[in-house]
Amino acid sequence: MSESSPESNILSENIAGLEIKTTTCYMCACRCGIRVHLRDGNIRYIDGNPEHPLNKGVICAKGASGIMKQQSPARLTVPLLRRAGSDRGKSEFDEISWEQAYSLLETRLAGIRATDPKKFALFTGRDQMQALTGLFAKQFGTPNYAAHGGFCSVNMAAGMIYTIGGSFWEFGGPDLDHAKLFVMIGTAEDHHSNPLKIAISKFKRNGARFISINPVRTGYSAVADEWIPIKPGTDGALLLALINEIIEKGLYDREFLARYSNAGQLVNQQDGDDDFGMFAMDPESDPINPDYPHNKFWWDRLSDKIVPTHTPGADPCLRGEFALADGTVVKPAFQLLIDRVKQYTPEWASEITGIPAETIYRLAHEMGVTARDHKIQLPISWTDSWGKEHTSVTGNPVAFHAMRGLAAHSNGFQTVRALAILMSLLGTIDRPGGFRHKAPFPRAIPPIAKPPRGPQDVKPNSVLEGMPLGFPADPNDLAVDADGKPVRIDKAFSWEHPLSVHGLMHNVITNAWRGDPYKIDTLLIFMANMAWNSSMNTGEVRKMLNDRSEDGEFKIPFLVVCDAFQSEMTAFADLILPDTTYLERHDVMSILDRPISEFDGPVDAVRIPVVAPLGECRPFQEVIIELGGRLKLPAFVHPDGSRKFKNYPDFVVNYETAPGSGIGFLAGWRGKDGDKSICGEPNPKQWEMYAKNNCFFHHELPASYQYMRNWNKGYMDWSKSVRMRRDADPILIHIYSEVLQKFRLAAQGKRPGKQPPDHLRKRIETHFDPLPFYFEPLEGQASDTTKFPLNAVTQRPMAMYHSWDSQNAWLRQIHTHNYLYVNPLVAQAQGIADGDWMWVESVWGKVRCMCRFSEAVEPGTVWTWNAIGKAAGAWNLGPNANESRKGFLLNHLLSEELPPDEGGHVYSNSDPVTGQAGWYDVKVRIYKAGPEEPKETSPQFSLVAPLPGTKTLRRVWQAYVAGRDVPPKKY
Amino acid sequence: MTQLALVIDLNVCVGCQACVTSCKSWNTSGSAGYLADERPYDENPTGTFFNRVQTFEVGEFPTTETIHFPKSCLHCEEPPCVPVCPTGASYKRKSDGIVLVDYDKCIGCGYCAWACPYGVRELDEKRQEMTKCTLCADRIDNPALPIADRQPACVMACPTSARLFGDIHDPDSTVSVAIRERGGYALMPEWGTKPSNHYLPRRRTEPNLREDQIMRVDNPIRIDERLPKSSIPSPSLDDTVSW
Amino acid sequence: MNPAASVIFLTTLIGAGQGLFLALYVVELASRLQLIRIENSVALFVSGSLIALLLSGLGLIASFFHLGHPERAWRAAAMWRTSWLSREVIVLPIFMALLIVYGYAHFAQWDMSLAVGAVTAVVCVALFICTGMIYACIRFLQEWASPLTLMNYFLLGCASGCSLATAVAAFVEPDLTRTFAAAAILLTASALAVRSASLVRNKRLKPKSSLQTALGIHHPRIVQKSQGFMGGSFNTREFFHGKTPHILRSVKWFFLVFTFILPLLLLLLVLGRSTVSAALFCTIFVIQYAGLLAERWFFFAQANHPQNLYYKTIS
Ligand SMILES: Nc1nc2c(c(=O)[nH]1)N[C@H]1C(S)=C(S)[C@@H](COP(=O)(O)OP(=O)(O)OC[C@H]3O[C@@H](n4cnc5c(=O)[nH]c(N)nc54)[C@H](O)[C@@H]3O)O[C@H]1N2
Ligand SMILES: Nc1nc2c(c(=O)[nH]1)N[C@H]1C(S)=C(S)[C@@H](COP(=O)(O)OP(=O)(O)OC[C@H]3O[C@@H](n4cnc5c(=O)[nH]c(N)nc54)[C@H](O)[C@@H]3O)O[C@H]1N2
Ligand code: SF4
Ligand code: SF4
Ligand code: SF4
Ligand code: SF4
Ligand code: SF4
Ligand SMILES: [Mo]
Repeated sequence: MSESSPESNILSENIAGLEIKTTTCYMCACRCGIRVHLRDGNIRYIDGNPEHPLNKGVICAKGASGIMKQQSPARLTVPLLRRAGSDRGKSEFDEISWEQAYSLLETRLAGIRATDPKKFALFTGRDQMQALTGLFAKQFGTPNYAAHGGFCSVNMAAGMIYTIGGSFWEFGGPDLDHAKLFVMIGTAEDHHSNPLKIAISKFKRNGARFISINPVRTGYSAVADEWIPIKPGTDGALLLALINEIIEKGLYDREFLARYSNAGQLVNQQDGDDDFGMFAMDPESDPINPDYPHNKFWWDRLSDKIVPTHTPGADPCLRGEFALADGTVVKPAFQLLIDRVKQYTPEWASEITGIPAETIYRLAHEMGVTARDHKIQLPISWTDSWGKEHTSVTGNPVAFHAMRGLAAHSNGFQTVRALAILMSLLGTIDRPGGFRHKAPFPRAIPPIAKPPRGPQDVKPNSVLEGMPLGFPADPNDLAVDADGKPVRIDKAFSWEHPLSVHGLMHNVITNAWRGDPYKIDTLLIFMANMAWNSSMNTGEVRKMLNDRSEDGEFKIPFLVVCDAFQSEMTAFADLILPDTTYLERHDVMSILDRPISEFDGPVDAVRIPVVAPLGECRPFQEVIIELGGRLKLPAFVHPDGSRKFKNYPDFVVNYETAPGSGIGFLAGWRGKDGDKSICGEPNPKQWEMYAKNNCFFHHELPASYQYMRNWNKGYMDWSKSVRMRRDADPILIHIYSEVLQKFRLAAQGKRPGKQPPDHLRKRIETHFDPLPFYFEPLEGQASDTTKFPLNAVTQRPMAMYHSWDSQNAWLRQIHTHNYLYVNPLVAQAQGIADGDWMWVESVWGKVRCMCRFSEAVEPGTVWTWNAIGKAAGAWNLGPNANESRKGFLLNHLLSEELPPDEGGHVYSNSDPVTGQAGWYDVKVRIYKAGPEEPKETSPQFSLVAPLPGTKTLRRVWQAYVAGRDVPPKKY
Repeated sequence: MTQLALVIDLNVCVGCQACVTSCKSWNTSGSAGYLADERPYDENPTGTFFNRVQTFEVGEFPTTETIHFPKSCLHCEEPPCVPVCPTGASYKRKSDGIVLVDYDKCIGCGYCAWACPYGVRELDEKRQEMTKCTLCADRIDNPALPIADRQPACVMACPTSARLFGDIHDPDSTVSVAIRERGGYALMPEWGTKPSNHYLPRRRTEPNLREDQIMRVDNPIRIDERLPKSSIPSPSLDDTVSW
Repeated sequence: MNPAASVIFLTTLIGAGQGLFLALYVVELASRLQLIRIENSVALFVSGSLIALLLSGLGLIASFFHLGHPERAWRAAAMWRTSWLSREVIVLPIFMALLIVYGYAHFAQWDMSLAVGAVTAVVCVALFICTGMIYACIRFLQEWASPLTLMNYFLLGCASGCSLATAVAAFVEPDLTRTFAAAAILLTASALAVRSASLVRNKRLKPKSSLQTALGIHHPRIVQKSQGFMGGSFNTREFFHGKTPHILRSVKWFFLVFTFILPLLLLLLVLGRSTVSAALFCTIFVIQYAGLLAERWFFFAQANHPQNLYYKTIS
């Protein structure tokens, strides 16, 4: 066999000649560190950066396909203005210059700001620069700002932040290095992508046990030791039954609950009392922190006396009923929890969830016994907030992770509360092997930031009072006017969804179109595909976007879209701003936003351009800085009105949250010489220092600050000293939520201050239950389930990010269209065979799609991959691209609003507490498509033409070789 | 003698496809030559990949297992694809057992692909040359790369480290140990091709719970159920009855 | 497998060419042994060799269409020690060259022609073996991995070559037509027997590989959900014909009728007649050749490659 020449053939490339630049990936929101290998300035290869704490050198399918994003024919390259007179959605545009675009925006926005700033709304999709966009909105003075959170997973964020002061994903996660049992609930396959995969694999290799609770078994669940199929929307029932059984068997961590939660604090249970359900307060003693008062009571079981909470030497009763000196009946919060969950037996939950009762019992026992009998002791001494010194850190090694399977239901907030309480009962909060916070979490419950409190906070030519997004602590924090009407266009922080801490992006277009609560003028959408996959009710939303009133004016007068690609949304814009890609811009994963922190300390990161922007593309960050300057928004100009920042990198270095605060977008290498961390004066060399350090900054906390941070004196004092926190108060777990009770009392007319409109009293009273409870998701309650018996859900595939990867030549080969996965028994009952064309229908709409049998789905559920289907011509795909012919979008079956209630009131199809979109509540039925029907998905939308500036040449084939235009003859 | 190979751990592979696109990305710009994509933005896009990840369902609801199954050339020890090649373009490298194609010699007859039972060779439609996994021959002993990077692209990419790489003839290598200790097996052993790549099976950790573990002496119920003496100050028998 | 036109033409054309040559050579032998008499020996052997050469040449040309890089085809001679394909690549041109020599020997009326023919015959048989072995040697293509494959290639080549010889004879040596026709009947009948045997064998084949061995997972119920791509790949294009079982069955009956039944009937008819037009002999060959194309298509289509286990479903 010939052996000689081949070697030279395979090793012909001089790899040593490659240049390597590091930056941060943004093929998804995970933000791994990457190395971009360049040959003659062209990208040759992208791999994971082994030095990076998040991904430790690994990469995912999307990240490794970044090159194809640069090659995409769907890239926008020039600012575009809709041709006057043309309809939106028709894609008739003319190229304009950036100067034209800027002056157009400047004139329009300056006018709005001088009259009524709330008529400008800025909503952003799955982006990661809320620190900047939020700042811009606040400076502009509009309350109408939010990012994707409201339709993404705000239930998960709010449910846990209002309970334990932190949450999953960017806020915290499961410590799988130490855990012995891992229970993953409602998480698909790419949530917290690489870090979670790294962790799961290590965990499994350690022989520990992994249970997945999900209607579907794919992705992460595939490698679980046990799969527990569950009916969608019923996890609340399961979790409450688990809590019940854990209490019943005494499997809770009593010591942990007593000291670190409000379980032992006494709650007023005096019938008829205006303070019913509030914590009993000691008027004599010092509240210490008026916003988060400390002066509550325990009933000390040792002395059998009422004592101030956390009295040294005391131990609270967790059960029982007591009386205060004035005779007021009080109960420990834990007793109220027991009273609540008594009804929720495993047998009861079994009926609802479809999980056998024995399995529920076993799960509860497994969790409880593992937490109690497999304790971890780390030899780390620390001091708690009450001054008690501990010689070790204890871990109860049961870890949970949950995501949108819980969050994306309208009962998700209470379900997530139940989960957080279960985790707390097991004693797993910020302890080894359990849940761990990531800086800047934990935050106070609720966090300090507050939304504007009424119309008075929105004034012409003024900065907004409060933050566009915040965390209401009681009804007076709501953004409503004197009649209880919403201040915001999405009705966030109104009585309809009081704790909508991430806004309700899914209702913006509908509300603006209807003029309810008011009309707006300019809607700026950044990085969200609202004409497709991020709207519920996509078909109708597309009509609204192009709808005009009698006078011929658009109902939403001016629509600006900033995107990097020709998405479905760009077709509807009046003005399109072409953004750069992640390889072409400076970017910051800021500590003021959702940084990429690790369990052991804060981490933030940057992107530094590795290639030049394509065409006329400009980073949106630069657009914001430019507009901030032109509009003379205070943070962006000197007192004399002159522009303060040259560009975005300059802004990042020099901006401080307040003059001299020492807090800026980046936490690393602050101080004149870069020797300070987290807090310090601006450092002109900050970018260079990040560049030298693989584009991230990692501050590792001393071991004694790494655990029990809610109540860790050392950690709290440190975070106060670097201004990560305002105070060093302990953050007790809210087993019982007094915050919720305040809203309930208002609804009952028992509290002074803001009152809900009468038609909302019942809704508030029901859903603001201070203890978790189970109810069927709202849409299910309103649906005829005999007609529409099935649940339809989506999952994200690992190799696609939402809608934006269909223009990626490699990734679209993996998912070029989608099927509806149906349990064979269910399909066959309808005469549907594997591969058949079929209809899936809800009350709201119907979609024709192809069936794929699957034994890995619970029979009451059908599912598909999210956002694979595309509108014809979008993303500059050919008219016969599979995405638009065979691929389908499940969103056509959804509605952003619920059917009117008895009073004729229409509410968002969302969680009544948080406004989280109820994506996975829809009820459907399926049937076979007729033989005469076209073998093509339905609905279809008229073909959109490629936008000016995109590559029009549709190549029959392409081959990518870095640095060479034509494929080489010799390899 | 050295026989390099991949060992793929089905116990942790989540089917993320990172190995698929990393492989494409590394190789299309490298010495393996470009890997063409046809109809990249149109109907039925298709292209050359050295590595594919497939999905299978095993069993019936509710005891279904979902298996993600990555597959690339297995670098057989007795590769049937090599002797059939008329030009000698397909060969097995003596030094390390990697099965390679010398593109300059390949006439694109496709015969070697027929002779591979595993369906891992792909004739590039544009180059009209046979391509396949090179085991990243241009990385693993390339002195121009830092030592840590002298591994296949897919191995470095894999987030679950489901892909192990090493010499299966060295009994002490990680791959040999894994094969030995974790039941590593070869695909289609019936053909005697002796694939070098191996697969590690799923393993299941079962619940380990005894009835007597549930209630323990130090059960907190014993504390919490002992209600304090004075609960609600309501009259007791002592207050109302005299004997 | 997905039948490729180039290979179908290659194997059927050279097979017929080889068969024709062998028929001629046997006749030459017989005439040397005084078993038969040939009137127009020059015309018969020269035209026959030319036609055999033409067919082989066409086959060779067809084969180039199968190559991604025909310009490198010369390299294919390299691996004769291991590769049957390489051997075929060497033997085919030798056979063609020998055909030229053989034809010329007759044209020039050399005495040597018998010896040249002997060498050519050996090479011709070797070519049959090479061609057959290209398929028969792939042991996991169980439909092919059998001596029947070799016999088929040999007999079908001989049968079609003999039919063709009949037609050639009808033009230049009409007396020989019956002899050739009788031989063609014999060969076609034996080919039918062997081909039927292989059909029966293939029908009974138990695939040695299964999804269980392909994945190493031992469970009776395994179903593929995704093959990792959706728009097709080399592995789906090369190894799947994509035709329904119904079409497959139709093709089978078509080739059985056209390759065997019709030619046999017609040849028998011919034997019974005293005068037969040359056109009829040509027709018989054309019918049989058409059947052969179908037979070869079926030969590929029926072969179920174990790699197909990995490429069943997309999603
Ligand atoms: N049916 C159903 N629908 C869902 C969900 C679901 O589970 N089921 N999930 C929901 C959830 S959780 C989310 S977060 C949303 C996500 O919804 P979106 O945030 O709308 O996400 P994408 O669809 O990816 O759209 C983002 C847009 O950003 C553009 N883009 C990509 N990179 C850049 C860039 O660098 N700069 C700029 N300016 N633009 C860029 C893309 O081209 C695309 O048009 O979808 C929601 N929709
Ligand atoms: N590759 C890739 N990664 C991504 C994204 C992406 O688009 N692509 N998007 C990112 C974004 S914005 C988000 S929000 C996250 C979302 O990450 P995930 O939360 O994992 O999101 P989904 O893909 O929406 O999957 C929801 C899961 O919940 C299950 N489920 C549905 N209803 C229920 C229920 O009632 N109970 C239970 N137990 N399970 C249920 C579904 O079967 C599915 O497995 O992923 C992020 N990561
Ligand atoms: S998970 Fe993948 S796409 Fe997301 S940031 Fe990391 S490498 Fe990039
Ligand atoms: S990269 Fe690893 S986990 Fe992902 S599919 Fe490949 S082998 Fe499996
Ligand atoms: S897997 Fe196939 S291509 Fe690779 S060495 Fe074995 S037979 Fe050859
Ligand atoms: S395709 Fe190339 S490598 Fe394969 S057998 Fe033919 S010449 Fe050899
Ligand atoms: S070893 Fe290299 S060539 Fe082979 S599959 Fe992995 S990345 Fe691709
Ligand atoms: Mo999301």
